[in-house]
Amino acid sequence: MTTSAAPLPAARGTDQRDDEQLSSTGSDPTASRRSATLSGGAAPWLFLTPYLVLFLAFVVGPAIYGFWISLHDYDYTLPGKPFVGLDNYQKLFSSDSVTFEPFWMSMKATGIFMLFSVPLLLVIPLLVALVMNSRFRGRNLFRAIYFAPYVLGVAVVAVLWRFLLDANIGLVNQLLGGLGLPDDTAWLTATPAAWVALVGVTVWWTLGFNAVIYLAGLQDIPAELYEAARVDGANRSQSFRHVTLPGLRPVLAFVTMVTIIASANMFGQSYLMTRGAPGIETKTAIYYIADTGLKSFQMGDAAAMSYLLTVVLMLLSVAVFWLFRERKA
Amino acid sequence: MSEHMATNGFSRRRFIELGFGGAAATALAACGGGKSAQDAATGNKSTAAFNGKYDGPAVTLSYWNGFTGGDGPFMKQLVNEFQQENPKITVKSNTVEWAQYYQRVPAAVTAGKGPDVGAMHLDQLATNAARKVIVPVDDVAKSLGLSESDFTPEVWQAGIYKGARYGIPLDVHSLGMYYNKDQFQKAGITEAPKDAASYEDALGKLKSANNNEPFWMPSKWPAHLMFLSLLWQFEGAPYAEDGSKATFDSDAGVQALTWMADVVKKGYSPKNVAQDSQYVAFKNSKLSVTWDGIWQINDLKASKLPFALAPVPVIGTTNAVWANSHNFYITKQATGDDNKLQASKVFIDWMSKKSAEWAGAGMVPARKSVRESAQVQETTQAPIAAEIAQMKFLPPVPGLGDVQAQTLEIAVADAILGKQAPAAALSSAASKATKLMEANQKKFGA
Repeated sequence: MTTSAAPLPAARGTDQRDDEQLSSTGSDPTASRRSATLSGGAAPWLFLTPYLVLFLAFVVGPAIYGFWISLHDYDYTLPGKPFVGLDNYQKLFSSDSVTFEPFWMSMKATGIFMLFSVPLLLVIPLLVALVMNSRFRGRNLFRAIYFAPYVLGVAVVAVLWRFLLDANIGLVNQLLGGLGLPDDTAWLTATPAAWVALVGVTVWWTLGFNAVIYLAGLQDIPAELYEAARVDGANRSQSFRHVTLPGLRPVLAFVTMVTIIASANMFGQSYLMTRGAPGIETKTAIYYIADTGLKSFQMGDAAAMSYLLTVVLMLLSVAVFWLFRERKA
Repeated sequence: MSEHMATNGFSRRRFIELGFGGAAATALAACGGGKSAQDAATGNKSTAAFNGKYDGPAVTLSYWNGFTGGDGPFMKQLVNEFQQENPKITVKSNTVEWAQYYQRVPAAVTAGKGPDVGAMHLDQLATNAARKVIVPVDDVAKSLGLSESDFTPEVWQAGIYKGARYGIPLDVHSLGMYYNKDQFQKAGITEAPKDAASYEDALGKLKSANNNEPFWMPSKWPAHLMFLSLLWQFEGAPYAEDGSKATFDSDAGVQALTWMADVVKKGYSPKNVAQDSQYVAFKNSKLSVTWDGIWQINDLKASKLPFALAPVPVIGTTNAVWANSHNFYITKQATGDDNKLQASKVFIDWMSKKSAEWAGAGMVPARKSVRESAQVQETTQAPIAAEIAQMKFLPPVPGLGDVQAQTLEIAVADAILGKQAPAAALSSAASKATKLMEANQKKFGA
């Protein structure tokens, strides 16, 4: 559903490599003849076929099927799946339906989570990447340590932190108490502490990934630019603003997009750490959709909710693209 | 692509972990499995007279259950014994955690790749019967010569949906009161408290003797089971028997939930007890009493904690406790093949008779004859077994478990966390539950 957005910046990186390969094979006489005969209509499509087949089978197909499901009162275990038109969508907008309140609460939960996790996941990894990019002893160890949590699965991370953050028997509160700070914060059962916990754990867990992407971006910025800036008399913060940031722009767009989508998909952390507590305040949209579709078997409702979430995410993606668009000076 | 990279492997992992059901579900739905449901449901023809033996050709039975805890090894043992006695029947076990079991079984059966026979909770029978996943087993009960008098009326009646029986009870398991014997001794309490007054008295003594918060009130599991027990004790009922509405916001419900919230207010429990922490803390001797399922016996034994198990005290006006039961079922999948059907019946019959061994798993055998055997009388759960007449089960209403998770459980948690007053929490949850139940009635055609 969100694939339309992200590949673009990534493609930018691979384009060049493809060009090189093409030009190198171009010098081969047989290859050039073949490309001459096919370059008309079929060739590009033939090259695209492997991906296109997968894309149609696993993205476009299910997306259309999902939309069809969203127009039905769909429970696959029951023989009757009556067509209900846009009822499933309408229910999400009429306040007297049973799905209205929990759905919008879950959208709000996802929104709150994104609001705090996205900025943190954009800034902190950048700082980490800047440090990792400078030369010092033990740099590789430092890089490994920051990346390490990322290789853990959500189940490991969430269960680990659930015990550490437990209000009454957790290590975190015990340590805070030892330092003379309040030791009765309900990290898992009360907001806003639960949001601090969920966002904090997510940042700890995933910052390594963003940092590595940033790092790759930083290493791509030619050293000559920094040199030139120095010659022009730029200080460190000026060269950061006028060389590093513009150089990172494509990477930044990619990281922003990926982080927004990852945050919008937040599920495992609240599923395992808080179980949506208190009440359903930390039950995110994906969590609620999964419950509705896979536990209550109300797949029509769940599909409608997914589509609505998709639309919201698409609008967000457009906004981000607009924000990072190539500006003509 | 972005999704894969983005969510740190968690979206992918989710797929493996829980998503299996979902992925399978969508795939199955695509195969249009729905229609066959009705054909199979009517296909429960009673075949040749049943004599407890299987003499057809060699057959393989797919047997699904959710015994992943301390009960697992006992079920494995039983299946092995069965295999040895019935060489013609090969039983292929598949053990899935209960939490995912009820998502996977309907999906797998719809695809024809599920169990032929299995065990499920009593309160799930109606839901799966309405979804035509499982078929009536009246003739099995009849041929096994089982009737209400072999069990208790409550557990026997709760297996009936729309006039047909869908499960053969293996065991019953209720909530019980676990206490730390050392801490009781220190507080000078010689006998497990049995009513509200003696319970509160005991909590007071425990608190001062052990300098702790003796009874942690959970906000998640098993809080709703404690609430249901107390609601029944105050002579209320959570739902109308016919599944038309929720009634847990009655005075009885408010009394029950108020009592629970007061445990926190009176300082017998810390605030904000999160998922599982009351149990973990009990295992580590940080508290003296906790109410939990009797299936935890083996886990507690393994922890070497000096504990004992007693019935839940009578806080309300009558003795009652929440209970559930593991029931054997046959799926519509088995009905297509007479040999499988016959073998399934032999399997259920054999298991039902051997349920005394199952008591080792911490459960109370459902069959009266077995329950009263010496083997069961010597178990830790014997005092609970004696209380079987007081055990209450949820009415057989399809989709009820799901309704409960969205309403009652949230209300109980809100009141215990002090977010809402008990009466307010219950009344808004109950009106929502009634709406959901009405929708379910329409959906399942009650």
